Amino acid sequence: MKIYIPLDSAAVALDADVIAAEITAEAIRRGVAVEIVRNGSRGMVWLEPLVEVATDSGRLGFGPMTLADVPGLFGDLAAHPKAQGLVEDHPWMRGQTRLTFARVGVIDPLSLTDYEANGGLAGLRRAQAMSRAEIVAEVTESGLRGRGGAGFPTGVKWKTVSDAPGDRKYIVCNADEGDSATFADRMLMEGDPFTLIEGMAIAALACGATKGFAYIRSEYPIAIRVMDAAVLIARDAGVLGQQFDMEIRVGAGAYVCGEETSLLNSLEGKRGVVRAKPPLPALQGFLGQPTVVNNVISLASVPVILAKGAAFYKDFGHGRSRGTVPLQIAGNVARGGLYECAFGLTLGEIVDGIAGGTATGRPVKAVQVGGPLGAYHPRSDFGTAFGYEDFAGQGGLIGHAGLTVFDDSADMLAQARFAMEFCAIESCGKCTPCRIGAVRGTETIDRIARGDTDAIPLLTDLCNTMKAGSLCALGGFTPFPVLSALTHFPDDFARAKEAAE
Amino acid sequence: MLDSTDTTDRIAEILADHAGLEGPLLPILHAVQVSFGYVPQSAVPQIARALNLSKAEVHGVVTFYHDFREVPAGRHVLKLCRAEACQAMGADRVAASVKAALGIDWHETTPDGRVTLEPVFCLGLCACGPAAMVDGRLVGRCDASVVAEVSE
Repeated sequence: MKIYIPLDSAAVALDADVIAAEITAEAIRRGVAVEIVRNGSRGMVWLEPLVEVATDSGRLGFGPMTLADVPGLFGDLAAHPKAQGLVEDHPWMRGQTRLTFARVGVIDPLSLTDYEANGGLAGLRRAQAMSRAEIVAEVTESGLRGRGGAGFPTGVKWKTVSDAPGDRKYIVCNADEGDSATFADRMLMEGDPFTLIEGMAIAALACGATKGFAYIRSEYPIAIRVMDAAVLIARDAGVLGQQFDMEIRVGAGAYVCGEETSLLNSLEGKRGVVRAKPPLPALQGFLGQPTVVNNVISLASVPVILAKGAAFYKDFGHGRSRGTVPLQIAGNVARGGLYECAFGLTLGEIVDGIAGGTATGRPVKAVQVGGPLGAYHPRSDFGTAFGYEDFAGQGGLIGHAGLTVFDDSADMLAQARFAMEFCAIESCGKCTPCRIGAVRGTETIDRIARGDTDAIPLLTDLCNTMKAGSLCALGGFTPFPVLSALTHFPDDFARAKEAAE
Repeated sequence: MLDSTDTTDRIAEILADHAGLEGPLLPILHAVQVSFGYVPQSAVPQIARALNLSKAEVHGVVTFYHDFREVPAGRHVLKLCRAEACQAMGADRVAASVKAALGIDWHETTPDGRVTLEPVFCLGLCACGPAAMVDGRLVGRCDASVVAEVSE
């Protein structure tokens, strides 16, 4: 009997380890031989812990599992109260186009054999037979853009590094996934770490780099453990170590280190302070050498592009947003989790359809798209298609494709204040608009909360200064949540004044 | 409790373990914190000397990052997520109840040295919030009863 129990952080946070121990104990009590595989998560977080039993007809899912549901796994599976049927046939799975996440939840994350048997290393093998320029051209042609949020074409960045003169070049994976509502990087690293390693190895071939780093945030202990183990396995198997090797580095709790230049400073052992650009990291990055800095999902999308070709990948998507995007649906939702699909679904299709509205059953008031630096969108934006340009056109951004849903109990003035407070806490301190602006922003919103509506134009003006004058996205984009809250939910900013009158 | 010679020796070992790394300061500080539970003041000049940095530079790095402690934490460390996705599921209410139950605010330790309460901005558990971390263990859909886990 083969049973899959996720090792994914979300499953573990919902007691997957306890369920795993109980299944082992129950199997011993019954004298049944059980092989337990700790897989990644399928992304259906509302069903976690989702346990799968391998059968002749496929993998049957059971969830959300409790201790009381364990004995039933050894009886009539069809009659199990938590039976979800074949996992592959679940509507959540059937609706997706899983390219980057094809193996996540399917394979044993630390089995290189499983990885290869499911299409792994095909991209790297093809890249090894290509010239540097051909690999770069393939990635450029695919239309892949940075999935960390900025949306910069990955192939163009690689070309800059590939063409740059330098004794040593580096591939740095930005796995400092600090935005609330985002967990795709974590799920990929926990569920299919070799995909990231393969993507970095292909990037190294394309750019002539010999050394790589994955900078993983310290808040992700399971991802760190899995990636550490995967690097050792890949090195033993010769995937790493000859032309290219890599190290796992751990962050230290600074949100701003998700910004590429402060990440590089942090890797060098400095304070995670933002660097002015130029020089671009592509020309002078880690230790002053040409460096690719890419998000986990950007790098992890490269193996499938090389394996199946640029045209295959580019065929998905809409407008200038090509390929697929792993949506991360979070906050107050009935069905939260990871859903990979081509760009182009509307916000309403995602929130009302896929996510099934709120967990509390109350109406959706706002959806913050793109993490703490993303705008709050009202229902009137629900027709917006999910793409880089589409959201920019609505005064927002898609960022790392995280969506936080709020029901009608949310106080948007409080959310705007939190955005400023967060910026003040996490500001690296290098530029004045962010360092001081965020503190003044918090104070100004407090004035509005006390009924002083004269402070509203001041807040708008301050936001414009932060937007125009900040060095990086932390100070520059904090105005998105603040101004969108103010624009779309003015009643929440006038309540104190009404009360006072 | 380590005496000062032991501390110096242990840090020397850590420095030796990290020799040859590019940009070794963060890995060294993490290792020091794993060993001691915090980064002792006395470690700063020793690390600075080994890496050819000024004490001010090392101090600057220690104090920049939220993870590094300059004093030991309580016997338990309870981290509660304060970020937006958890807020949408009532994280602020959970935090208020926990603070009231423990009688402390963020970054404080109970007078008996039992619990240190810290905010965390995202544990990547955004679809099963509110999220918490209890002594390194992840907890999803947590409520105020999470304080029971740090009662000993």
